[in-house]
Amino acid sequence: MLNDIKKQRLSKKEYDENFDEIHPPLNEHEAYVEGDRCYYCYDAPCIEACPTGINIPLFIRQITSKNPEGAAKTIFDENILGGMSARVCPTETLCEEACVRNTGEDRPVKIGLLQRYATDSLMNSINHPYKRSEDNGKKVAIVGGGPAGLSCAHRLSMKGYSVTIFDSKSKLGGLNEYGIAAYKSLDNFAERETKFVLSLGGIDYKLNTTIGKDLSIDQLKKDFDAVFLGMGLTGVNSLLVDGEDDNGIDDAVRYIEDIRQAKDLGELPVGRKVIVIGGGMTAIDMAVQIKKLGSEDVTIVYRRGKKEMSASLVEQQNAQNNGVLIKHWSKPVRLITNDNSVCGVEFEYTSVKDGKLVGTGEKYKIDSDMVFRAIGQTFEDDADGLPPLGSGRISVDENYKTSISGIWAGGDCVNEGEDLTVTAVEAGKKAAESIHMELS
Amino acid sequence: MANLTSSFLGIKSPNPFWLASAPPTDKQYNVERAFKAGWGGVVWKTLGAEGPPIVNVQGPRYGAIHSNDRRLLGLNNIELITDRPLEINLNEIKEVKKKWPDRAMVVSLMVPCEEQCWIDILKRVEETEADGIELNFGCPHGMSERGMGSAVGQVPDYVEMVARWCKQNTRMPVIVKLTPNISDIRQPARAALKGGADAVSLINTISSIVGVDLDEMSPEPHTDGKGTSGGYCGPAVKPIALNMVAQLARDPEMKNLPISGIGGVTVWKDAAEFMALGAGNVQVCTAAMAYGFNIVQEMTTGLSNWMDSKGYTSVDQIIGKAVPNVTDWQYLNLNYVVKARIDQDSCIKCGRCHIVCEDTSHQAITNIVDGKRHFEVIDEECVGCNLCVSVCPVQDCITMEHISSGVDPRTKKEISKDYGNWTTHPNNPSKIPDAAE
Repeated sequence: MLNDIKKQRLSKKEYDENFDEIHPPLNEHEAYVEGDRCYYCYDAPCIEACPTGINIPLFIRQITSKNPEGAAKTIFDENILGGMSARVCPTETLCEEACVRNTGEDRPVKIGLLQRYATDSLMNSINHPYKRSEDNGKKVAIVGGGPAGLSCAHRLSMKGYSVTIFDSKSKLGGLNEYGIAAYKSLDNFAERETKFVLSLGGIDYKLNTTIGKDLSIDQLKKDFDAVFLGMGLTGVNSLLVDGEDDNGIDDAVRYIEDIRQAKDLGELPVGRKVIVIGGGMTAIDMAVQIKKLGSEDVTIVYRRGKKEMSASLVEQQNAQNNGVLIKHWSKPVRLITNDNSVCGVEFEYTSVKDGKLVGTGEKYKIDSDMVFRAIGQTFEDDADGLPPLGSGRISVDENYKTSISGIWAGGDCVNEGEDLTVTAVEAGKKAAESIHMELS
Repeated sequence: MANLTSSFLGIKSPNPFWLASAPPTDKQYNVERAFKAGWGGVVWKTLGAEGPPIVNVQGPRYGAIHSNDRRLLGLNNIELITDRPLEINLNEIKEVKKKWPDRAMVVSLMVPCEEQCWIDILKRVEETEADGIELNFGCPHGMSERGMGSAVGQVPDYVEMVARWCKQNTRMPVIVKLTPNISDIRQPARAALKGGADAVSLINTISSIVGVDLDEMSPEPHTDGKGTSGGYCGPAVKPIALNMVAQLARDPEMKNLPISGIGGVTVWKDAAEFMALGAGNVQVCTAAMAYGFNIVQEMTTGLSNWMDSKGYTSVDQIIGKAVPNVTDWQYLNLNYVVKARIDQDSCIKCGRCHIVCEDTSHQAITNIVDGKRHFEVIDEECVGCNLCVSVCPVQDCITMEHISSGVDPRTKKEISKDYGNWTTHPNNPSKIPDAAE
């Protein structure tokens, strides 16, 4: 029996509807009403909860006093990718979780949407809000043009450095461009945001350039006064079960890339029955998107429970609201294949014994036309001259300095990366400050 | 069920909620809609002397102050008195009164300061069978430039003179409507009483510029690029009105002068407050202009339920009930000590109490205790000022606790159980000597 994998499962109208904005932006009136709910707390818990430390009460007050550009500037001062952060931050576990309105009425101020209102209003205007300092004659190389790299580049250029970004892909933006669910970043937002960052000036970039292959770290060290590594995670964990090389099994990150870059969503092959294995945001984004692409049955299978999933409860609910079934406490033991095509997965129930996850011995099967791995990504350490690693990623100190003089690193490729856009932005920003401290 | 029937100067109405003389009472159509909705009475929009009708601007007449979700907090207007022919207004007043005999019908008047003008109009109004008249000595815009409205209300001698003319020339009860645009509200009120007025109503609107259009660099609202001062009303003016009503209610000279309370009455509680401070009834305008006439249903049921809960059976029992407790600062008990108390269970930890106390008051509220975000009153510093209560976004989270005995941790002095005010305080250079001295 052949796997039921087809293109054009839905009409154009259905694709458009399914991939419309998940959280539509606030209009002006909604922004005033929502902004009015902010209490302007003292030493506000939301600021503390924001990885980039945005002065949230201030920017909300600027919105309600009809100064949205001022509000945007308050955001960009701390997070130049505040626009994307507003779209993809798991605010329910960050700023909005800390909002004191939760205590009073169980309904936080919609900080994410207000941030989007503010940043959109400035990004729609013509002028870049910042000016570069005079060129200081120093050069910094940045490896990886994702959130960490862009943030670092912007901050350094503001201070007068000449920055060159090297990226292995054909577009800048990193996961903002190639990852992230499509319905969170409409209208080429990632690309527009990258342009916005670059419009400061002083930032050059070289695409399709992979570190360790097309250029060496040693060369960068020679040519530049400092190097920032922000290449993210390029490897993918495997299930470690037989049949992983067969047809019908793929990496979620790769497929999501295809969705993000698709000119026509109907051209993507979609299985009738899909299994996604994993418990993070990639698993959720994969499952929800393929459901929206017309798959009939989509099941996320995770080896532990609901609370252990790294995707927030809100995201889990989002998946369930979209008709995705989430099965917990199950691990894959075998891929069921037919003519080198995966047509199902056998799972074993799991439980925790003596602090360890173990199989219970009880097994069950789920049929599938497509199986996606979303069980985490890994740092590929094949480039020569990389700084020492810890727990599989680059080790850095609190200033994002590696143990090699002149090399800084941040974002998902370092050992404390939380795999969030917003933490990567913070890392890039902090590293830039540290580079500046050292070079000036 | 409490009896809401009101008798103001013998003018009966089924409840004490009248619509004030203003746009809502300019026409039979509006007034009948108001009566259908349940309003107890109206003061018909001000009539002027016979002659060519009044002309209004054709640009905007209203300007507003809003909250961020566009709640109307304050309204300002530059509309003049009625711009419809006198004859039409009089005919309509007569017809409405005939159709709605149980509702109060008072007619507001504003004519030039010549006795004959008043004699002429009074005769015409009497023919309508209206219950009374209200002299508009209050409008602060437009008509005041022509020597009427607040231009009269600001000169006590004129107030007295016109009130006297009216009393001498009509059988109808005379209410004098006062302008708040004056430094001592008691002066024109006393003059009205001297002139024989049966009652006063207050406040009329407050002279105001509601805002500035920063693109046009012109006051708002503007007509052809120019703006003028207008009369301010709505919830924002209520505290000013309450104070002026209380000032009259406390004045020994005006002990028996009935007051019709006006100024920002929006819900039943506002009316109860005006009446507790001495108003015999209330007049409403802005709230109706913001929400329509049906709000009176909230007002009557709210007042009635509250009266039931307190055991009041008629509105007369509320009138003036709080007046004895309005006093001068010098008579406040300086031995009465309160401290703020924060209910930790309802505290949402916004920290507003801390920062306002820290920045602008007495540094009497913590923000961190044992390394944790925690807001607690420091009795050694708390002067009981009530600022924290005022800014706290949670109802009843911070309260003021009366400390009646022991040592005040702030002053380190024993708290006296005796009443003691400034007049006898040792720090008062002009204190009244003790009888023993």
